Amino acid sequence: MSFEGWTRCSRTGALAGLTLTQDPSLMGRAAWTALLGEAVPVPTRGSVVGVALNGMAEWDALAPAMSAPPYKAPPEAPVLYLKPANTWSGAFDAVTVPASVPEVEVGATLAVVFSRDASHVRAEDAWHHFAGITLVNDLSIPTPSYYRPPVKQKCLDGFCVIGPWIAPLPAVPEALEVSVAINGEPAQTLPVAAMRRCFAQLTAAISSFMTLRAGDVLLLGLGADRPRARAGDLVTVACPGIGRQETRLVAELQP
Amino acid sequence: MKRARVAYGGAIHDATAAGDSLRLADGREVTETDVVWLPPLAPLERPRTILALGLNYADHAKELAFKAPDEPLVFMKSESALIGHRGHTRRPADVTFMHYECELVVVIGRRARRVKREHALDCVAGYTVANDYAIRDYLENYYRPNFRVKNRDACTPIGPWLVDAADVPDPMNLRLATHVNGVQTQSGSTKDMVFDIPFLIEYFTAFMTLDAGDLILTGTPEGLVDTKPGDEVVTEIEHVGRLVNFVVAEPARPESA
Repeated sequence: MSFEGWTRCSRTGALAGLTLTQDPSLMGRAAWTALLGEAVPVPTRGSVVGVALNGMAEWDALAPAMSAPPYKAPPEAPVLYLKPANTWSGAFDAVTVPASVPEVEVGATLAVVFSRDASHVRAEDAWHHFAGITLVNDLSIPTPSYYRPPVKQKCLDGFCVIGPWIAPLPAVPEALEVSVAINGEPAQTLPVAAMRRCFAQLTAAISSFMTLRAGDVLLLGLGADRPRARAGDLVTVACPGIGRQETRLVAELQP
Repeated sequence: MKRARVAYGGAIHDATAAGDSLRLADGREVTETDVVWLPPLAPLERPRTILALGLNYADHAKELAFKAPDEPLVFMKSESALIGHRGHTRRPADVTFMHYECELVVVIGRRARRVKREHALDCVAGYTVANDYAIRDYLENYYRPNFRVKNRDACTPIGPWLVDAADVPDPMNLRLATHVNGVQTQSGSTKDMVFDIPFLIEYFTAFMTLDAGDLILTGTPEGLVDTKPGDEVVTEIEHVGRLVNFVVAEPARPESA
């Protein structure tokens, strides 16, 4: 069995095709480094757009509060945020946790990478705009509120693990499951089917007012009861056929 | 020095101000209306980080019935929202309140992490003007102000010039004004910011790295009125620039969402 996909060569910046002889969800840092001859890069350079409250369980957890202040009503449009370039980490990079942060929340999900610009795209046409799929761990300082943009919680250096590569879109992405383990102990399973909007519906809703460009990355959504980890922990995010990330959280050296 | 980025004669050019005209990098002189103005920012190999402030002028916070925040209210934008001087911003047919916001923009000049306020201005390459349009009909109370209000394509005109920091002696004492069809509707001074530029740079770089080319849109004072297709909206900041934008009607399309 072989697996074909892409990564971005860190020397040239170009996308390079890869053929793997084993399931990428089983490949650790050593296997990738042997294959690439270099550290595993972040496989894209586009904007990384996240969607809050797209997971049904995440929605259900907030639903009782949605009619009360400060929210007053359930959201109609997708609830969006950005993970800027300073947050990006490769799939096997260590991530620094500030001394002031006792725990971080692990936001494992799948993401599509766009192959061409998407503006006013209908859901049924969205698939023509996707290059493939990758894993993202959207790390965050835990916060219960969805009222204000979570910049101070989500935009810390290194807090968005992307990769290890861009896998082809499976025929039935809804059948996928992303799993999280902390220090080898299973901590969460995220079924992709349990989302309010699928990738195509998100693309239609977002591209009706904001162009998603070639290379941009669109996160599908997070689970509820997201696991927490702290400095010293090893966080593994994996999805069969798609990939595997191993992220060591390290304590910040006092500046 | 005032720098611009323009399209002219089928190519994109860096340009500088030369009296009332522009001098292209190849020496040709052209007028303001000969060119298509682009955001005055060099392209980057990564998405540009664009931070924007809400409620950063005490009078504007009062206008919107909020007390001034205890810490900066920040939201993010993506580069697809930016357009240049004399550009067109589209107003959807179904909206009732689309307003401009005249803002001083800080353009970061070098990598900045854990910068103290006394050194903050050393990280600034220069300044420009933004008009950070909002469509209030689409406001929802999740990650407010949400992207549909504030991160629409072409809803953030920016420019005309990137003015070198050295040519703006005191960024915290600049007059701002907006004119709609020649009538002044907004006025203020950057001295009335709740969180000033050195504070903002220290605040952001305490938890995130900013890099050359990143932007901070520093908020707007009071005086927001609805704008309609056909309006000419001029947002102007003393010593920095006079940014012209035209509101046009969004063409009707079948609903895609």
